[in-house]
Amino acid sequence: MWKWLHPYAKPEKSYLLAGKLLPWFCIASVITFTVGIIWGLLFAPADYQQGDSFRIIYIHVPAAMMAMAAYSTMAIAAFVALVWQIRLAEMNVAAIAPVGAVFTFIALVTGAAWGKPMWGAWWVWDARLTSELILLFVYLGIIALYNAFSDKVLAGRAASILTLVGVINLPIIHYSVVWWNTLHQGATISKFDKPSMDPDMLWPLLIMIAAFATFLGAVSLLRFRNEILSRESHRPWVRALVTNKMIGEK
Amino acid sequence: MAFDSISEFIAMGGYGFYVWLSYGLTFLALAILIVNSFFKKNKILKDVEQRLLREQRIKNAQNTENTL
Repeated sequence: MWKWLHPYAKPEKSYLLAGKLLPWFCIASVITFTVGIIWGLLFAPADYQQGDSFRIIYIHVPAAMMAMAAYSTMAIAAFVALVWQIRLAEMNVAAIAPVGAVFTFIALVTGAAWGKPMWGAWWVWDARLTSELILLFVYLGIIALYNAFSDKVLAGRAASILTLVGVINLPIIHYSVVWWNTLHQGATISKFDKPSMDPDMLWPLLIMIAAFATFLGAVSLLRFRNEILSRESHRPWVRALVTNKMIGEK
Repeated sequence: MAFDSISEFIAMGGYGFYVWLSYGLTFLALAILIVNSFFKKNKILKDVEQRLLREQRIKNAQNTENTL
């Protein structure tokens, strides 16, 4: 029943599938970003306490959420790579890591720019902020480790192991606002209850979450294709691909 | 619409600097990521292309040597 999945363990098949999916993710991301930004910046009402500074939420929360979603995806891929020794899963880890790192950076920077007017400080050593900073370092560590080996089989295995070790940080980030008395506020939408937010403010946020999710998908697919190409660059199918491209240019 | 004029929109109720700093840095970071991804793709393809051309040149040189 699941046999149709097997061909996709072949890099060439996966490369073509990623190429087919890529434009749809790009279109979805552009549309949701446009709608979400305009709605969030222009049409959502100002917060009764925070005024217009709350509009930073429309990038801060989606970036932070998707940084963790990206890490979860990498962790599943790393597990698959280590247990079943599927090379494409390693490439997946390497493809997503830079996107996750950029999202984490965005979450930290926008958080600082939001913290300054609201808390009076760009940075505080609060549990949520500190664990998020550790996530950034874990991401950078995975990227650096993957690039440190010229033997990509070894690089993929090392990066996968580090990815699995770093998973411990995910529940710490999520529950940091519960376990410790933090300056950072608690969960607003990711909880087992109705979101404590007005629909007029919530809708653009959900659209922006979709925008960051599809952006994550699009750039991951692009980088996944890059990984396949560079690791398969001596294979006949890549040579044929490049030859065809060269003929096309002439 | 939450704002009455463009200047009010830019001022963001006095929080303009922080809001635009956030949005600016976000889009800068996302743009760098996209550019870097395409740059990498072109580099990989160019490397393979150069290797293929080099192999072709070596083959050609051997052929001329054999005929001489």
